[in-house]
Amino acid sequence: MAGETVLWLHAVTRGLDPRQLAGLIGVGGRPVRTVEAAGLVAVVSPVDLGEFGEEPLRRNLEDLAWLEVVARAHHDVVDAVGRAGPVVPTRLATVYRDDARIGTVLADRRADFSAVLDRVTDRTEWGVKVYAAPAPPRPAAAPAPDTTGPGAAYLRRRREQLSAEHQTQQAAVDDAQEVHAALSRCAEAVRRHPPQDRRLTGQAATMLLNGAYLVGTEHSQQFGATVAALSGRYRTIRLELTGPWPPYSFSTVEFSTVEDFGVVEHRDPPR
Amino acid sequence: MSHAPQSSAMVGRTPGDMASTGHEPANLADILERVLDRGIVIVGDIRVSLLDIELLTIKLRLVIASVDTAREMGIDWWEYDPWLTSRPRRPIEADAAADEAHALEADAAAEEARERRLDREKHRA
Repeated sequence: MAGETVLWLHAVTRGLDPRQLAGLIGVGGRPVRTVEAAGLVAVVSPVDLGEFGEEPLRRNLEDLAWLEVVARAHHDVVDAVGRAGPVVPTRLATVYRDDARIGTVLADRRADFSAVLDRVTDRTEWGVKVYAAPAPPRPAAAPAPDTTGPGAAYLRRRREQLSAEHQTQQAAVDDAQEVHAALSRCAEAVRRHPPQDRRLTGQAATMLLNGAYLVGTEHSQQFGATVAALSGRYRTIRLELTGPWPPYSFSTVEFSTVEDFGVVEHRDPPR
Repeated sequence: MSHAPQSSAMVGRTPGDMASTGHEPANLADILERVLDRGIVIVGDIRVSLLDIELLTIKLRLVIASVDTAREMGIDWWEYDPWLTSRPRRPIEADAAADEAHALEADAAAEEARERRLDREKHRA
């Protein structure tokens, strides 16, 4: 079984000249190549079954060091394809037996791939994360009246302190929602993702928004300026912009709902 | 655009600036959440469910091995993780602060009632 080669799928595009991928290396350490069918182009990497077959893949995915190398290599290919034209990124670990199987998938899912490619052509994904800003130091609470015992007084002061903290946190949540609404008005499509696990980010601050915004590429400067302006408007929160990204967040084919501000929002499906 | 994605603090940065700042590697969290949880979903020939692996592995690798030790440090996200339990999830800590406030309010009321009772007993004696 080791030594047998299968194909790792990176992304699907159309109208790609394979020479634009010259020198690009895939997750298996070998050069990527293409498979063409149904007017589409799949970008694939040959990989060894010994490392990427079902059992070894399951084991390797449990290894964070291996996962990091593979995730970055996968993303680098997706990104390169995206710079050459519209791209549908595929998820990590989408592996097929051979070219014929990939051709069949392209033909079977042609409508889905085409719909995504139409949606993302000449558009860029930007990520905006919003964190709660560190709370300012609070003045000491006024002493409690002495008609009750010291225990009750302590508990009352503690309750007031928590109430103030709660209000501060609620203000930050509200401001994050305003930021999302403002950015959504600049975008063609938006997606709100779960906040990142703070042990993965290494950030102590609470993440209040993890948004993805699909913006016409010609409006990128303007979007950046909007983010900068919003950054300066609120003391309760801190913004972080990432991108440009290939359209990972807008490549699924799922139900969508229209938000109050009239932008089509793609929601993560209930799990 | 001919530059790679990169994380950037927002101060003074615009998309146009990114081209001139060089290729800083993008944040691993940002990459992992995209390649594991986004992108088109099509079933390959190799059947590996990332849903089984992604969250548990990444989270568990970053948490102290002992569940009890982690809980003592206040790390208890799995008690709210819909993947692991059926308890409702609390997305932000404002709820936790409110709950603590309500609990302390109940404690404060109980404490006041106890002290009033002690006062009555003292005066009766």
